[in-house]
Amino acid sequence: MISEYLTEKEHPAGPLQRLDPRAKIIGLISFTVVVVSTPARAIWVFAVYAAVVTFLIGLSRLRVGYVLRRALVVVPFVIVVAIFLPFFGRSGSGGYSLGISHMSAGGLLVLWNVGAKAILGVLSMILLASTTPFPDMLAGFRRLRVPQVFVLVVSFMYRYSFVFAEELRRMQRAVAARNFRGRWLWNVPILGRVLGSLFLRSYSRGERIYVAMISRGYEGTIGLSSPAVFGWSEALFLGLLIAVAVAVRVVASV
Amino acid sequence: MALQGLSFSIQRGESVAIIGPNGAGKSTLLLHLNGILRGEGPIRIFGLPLEERTLREIRRKVGVVFQDPDDQLFLTSVAQDVAFGPSNMGLSKPEIEERVREALAAVGMSGFQDRSTHLLSFGEKKRVATATVLAMWPDILVLDEPTSNLDPKARRQLINILANLPVTKIIVTHDLPVAYEMCNRAIILSKGRIAADGPIEEVLTDQDLLEANDLELPYGFAIPPAGIPGWSGTSRTRSLSRDAEDELTEHVAGLNHLVGDPRL
Ligand SMILES: Nc1ncnc2c1ncn2[C@@H]1O[C@H](COP(=O)(O)OP(=O)(O)OP(=O)(O)O)[C@@H](O)[C@H]1O
Ligand SMILES: [Mg+2]
Repeated sequence: MISEYLTEKEHPAGPLQRLDPRAKIIGLISFTVVVVSTPARAIWVFAVYAAVVTFLIGLSRLRVGYVLRRALVVVPFVIVVAIFLPFFGRSGSGGYSLGISHMSAGGLLVLWNVGAKAILGVLSMILLASTTPFPDMLAGFRRLRVPQVFVLVVSFMYRYSFVFAEELRRMQRAVAARNFRGRWLWNVPILGRVLGSLFLRSYSRGERIYVAMISRGYEGTIGLSSPAVFGWSEALFLGLLIAVAVAVRVVASV
Repeated sequence: MALQGLSFSIQRGESVAIIGPNGAGKSTLLLHLNGILRGEGPIRIFGLPLEERTLREIRRKVGVVFQDPDDQLFLTSVAQDVAFGPSNMGLSKPEIEERVREALAAVGMSGFQDRSTHLLSFGEKKRVATATVLAMWPDILVLDEPTSNLDPKARRQLINILANLPVTKIIVTHDLPVAYEMCNRAIILSKGRIAADGPIEEVLTDQDLLEANDLELPYGFAIPPAGIPGWSGTSRTRSLSRDAEDELTEHVAGLNHLVGDPRL
């Protein structure tokens, strides 16, 4: 799962891929915000949103299977909501309660609300992530004045989650190679020690990285450069996307 | 205290190998060279005393390539990482780009600019790590085990690149043939002390000295006696095959710009 996010996705060429990351970040995040703020009952509005996302996915030539596979992350989330729905529905002020029926219409509306918005939000983020190489995205956030600390934390997480996953895998193998099977309760302390040792390794890794950074003259700031420019196509993309979303959203609420 | 009573001085343009068994304190010594660690005695780099005031200048002049490239390459793309040092030096954007291009060409990694660092192979990481320091045009290049885990071709390439860099070099290595090829002086470090310091031919041919310090030349490797034609003492890149030599000149061409200081 993790490694899927960490491998170099082939980025099929397309108009979205060429856009400045800033335009995609602002556009798709605003789009998601508009979607989330739409009243759940305006079902046709969601159809329009879905059409917009589908159009953009088609435009950037992403493979359908790939997008769907990554969209599966919403499933557990929606299931949790579905399990707790009976409790929501009954006490909620929805007013559509059918009395004896276990699942009220209000509850169903909640489920639709959560499900539709989650899937649209996730699809927008998949669109963003699959058309923007990670370093470019970070540079985009940096140019949008997101504080450097946040960008760096995310950057380090991305860069080193792979190293740590590999380190953990090596330790697991080392433990298994010496015939350890973590099957019994009294094996738990050993697993705890493996995790403890992973923590210590990560800690000294952090120290070594810092030493290597100051050796190259690090004094608290890092310039992440990317050659992108905000031009006409960016303005067009951003303008159209937000205009369509807001227009539909406004019509829905009158 | 891992190091005790170390004292040595290195001339400009010298190439010094620091050799010694595991845990001898070699990596620790390197951390003193650019003031990450401070011992008790004074350290002078190019006549500058190593202290808070001079740290910035010294870290620009002393480029350290660490043992584990995963420590060195911390940014997400190759180009960003190589640009990190130059941008800390306050260079302009075009200058930075130029240096990134040159440094990557110097280690034979042109075209890897936009690759993700975490997906490179170990040897590729090692070369990019070297490039991150070359891009800063250091006056002293300090390398901790530059050839460990490299395949023979990558090892050969890196040796050729390094041997032809006209800067002062300090190389920590267990790879004695590499030390012999790239350096003209060797310091043996053992249990935090200097056990020997002298011309590399002398140190590496002293069987008793090597044995006393848990070192050993690889089987079949012999140091040729001086004075054989074709084995000139000044150029140490002797046994190159034809195409290796081509590669060499290509790298040297790429490196002419890297010679920041004509004095060296
Ligand atoms: N942070 C630390 N705290 C305490 N001891 C340390 C620390 N780092 C290293 N040492 C110890 O200092 C000694 C010298 O370590 P150093 O890493 O310099 O060895 P080395 O000569 O580079 O060995 P190798 O050839 O294995 O890389 C070792 O005994 C090591 O255990
Ligand atoms: Mg070491």
